[in-house]
Amino acid sequence: MRAYLPEYEAVSARTLVEALTLLAQGAGGLDGPAQPPGRRWQPIAGGTDLMVLFSAGKLPAGRYLDIWGIEELRGITVAPSHIDLGALSTFTQVRQHPLLACEFSSLTQAAIESGAIAIQNRGTLGGNIANASPAADSPPALLCYDAELELVSLRGARWVPYAEFHTGYKQMQRASDELIVRIRLPRLSAVERERQVHYYRKVGTRKAQAISKVCFAGSFVRDGERLSRVRIALGSVAPIPLRCPRTEAVLEGAVPTSAVIAAAQEVLGSEIAPIDDIRSTQDYRRTVAQNLLFDFLAQAALH
Amino acid sequence: MSTHGHDSHHATTTSSGTFTRPLIELRLRVNGIDTVCVVHPMARLLDVLRESLHLSGTKEGCGEGECGACAVLLNGELVCSCLVPALQAMGTEVTTIEGVAPSLATLDRVQQAFVDCGGAQCGICTPGMILAAKALLTRCPQPTEAEIREGLAGNLCRCTGYTKIFSSVLRACQADGATTEGGER
Repeated sequence: MRAYLPEYEAVSARTLVEALTLLAQGAGGLDGPAQPPGRRWQPIAGGTDLMVLFSAGKLPAGRYLDIWGIEELRGITVAPSHIDLGALSTFTQVRQHPLLACEFSSLTQAAIESGAIAIQNRGTLGGNIANASPAADSPPALLCYDAELELVSLRGARWVPYAEFHTGYKQMQRASDELIVRIRLPRLSAVERERQVHYYRKVGTRKAQAISKVCFAGSFVRDGERLSRVRIALGSVAPIPLRCPRTEAVLEGAVPTSAVIAAAQEVLGSEIAPIDDIRSTQDYRRTVAQNLLFDFLAQAALH
Repeated sequence: MSTHGHDSHHATTTSSGTFTRPLIELRLRVNGIDTVCVVHPMARLLDVLRESLHLSGTKEGCGEGECGACAVLLNGELVCSCLVPALQAMGTEVTTIEGVAPSLATLDRVQQAFVDCGGAQCGICTPGMILAAKALLTRCPQPTEAEIREGLAGNLCRCTGYTKIFSSVLRACQADGATTEGGER
């Protein structure tokens, strides 16, 4: 069933302050009491998730705040110690950025594999995070790279490690008056970068344009025969995009022998919590996740 | 689509409560012509084009951004018009299939190639295919077959299969090196 237009309100914010002011009003921060959820402004960026619900008549009725035109939320800037991506960076902008391809290649790969060109032109990194789908493609890459998010409201700005951002299915640390404005990726030293291995693999029903059954991102820095700075994160295997610190701990500082790999696969199997749904089964997801871990670690032998 | 005056505010009681719903005066440039229409801000660009502007060349397939039948160029970039709320099209330049041919008498080279190679059958996917091909050839004038496949990956055809469509795009970039009729948008 189609959406009933009169149940929706929508306005465009041209500046960050304008957007934050509207969000604060709804949250009861400024003039007047907090509004019930249906009267609060919900941000809409590229629309590639929300408008799908809207077309199907499933987007909750209420007020939508268009933030697409806010220039302050755009741009990718490079500093010696980190790269900042504006929350409205599109997948097209991410995939075309040469330094990201070089130092954060799993994120580039995630952008390339998120939908088709028309979706990549509108879908944004901030939107992908805030939509909080456990099956989203960019979160596992961001988790692997120790991303941090800057959240801003009229009350001030704060940084949150991305690994702590999602707290439950579609639950997150963003308060209703806050916007994600930037995603920061810390850069490794030149020496570490030289020895870093990146791995990103999405498994779906078909190779292109399918929502993931399992999405796996991993990275480590080679330290002679040993693995260091091990990062493992998965999508579609838990209520949230999941970083796997217990599996990482098995591998950190270890030589990836077959016994070590088997132990890591065992731990990974218990650390993820996949479910049966329309796209796959928990058994398939667990087996594929463990196989992808093996494939990832096989890269250690190749580099 | 309401045709009420553009400054009108309506208050109606619905199951969700009483809402005030201003319409907007949407100004955009469609196929080179400055256009104004009064629409709901959440109306889909697809519906604005088809129903308010009677540009029915843009098709609705899936309505969820999977099939590309509704693809148009928004400020030169390929987008699914079913996923763009009207207020995000404010002040933009839109190219639909109606704006691709330079005149009623001449086809764009991509359109001509689709005719020559049998790239269209029922025609529902064709407008989106042609705009996706235009967008591809703008950023990549001599694409490889792999690049054509990727550029058109968001456009589904349920009639012919894709071989003739890919041949059409290859033909379009072989047709002549010069940017022909109408140029690239």
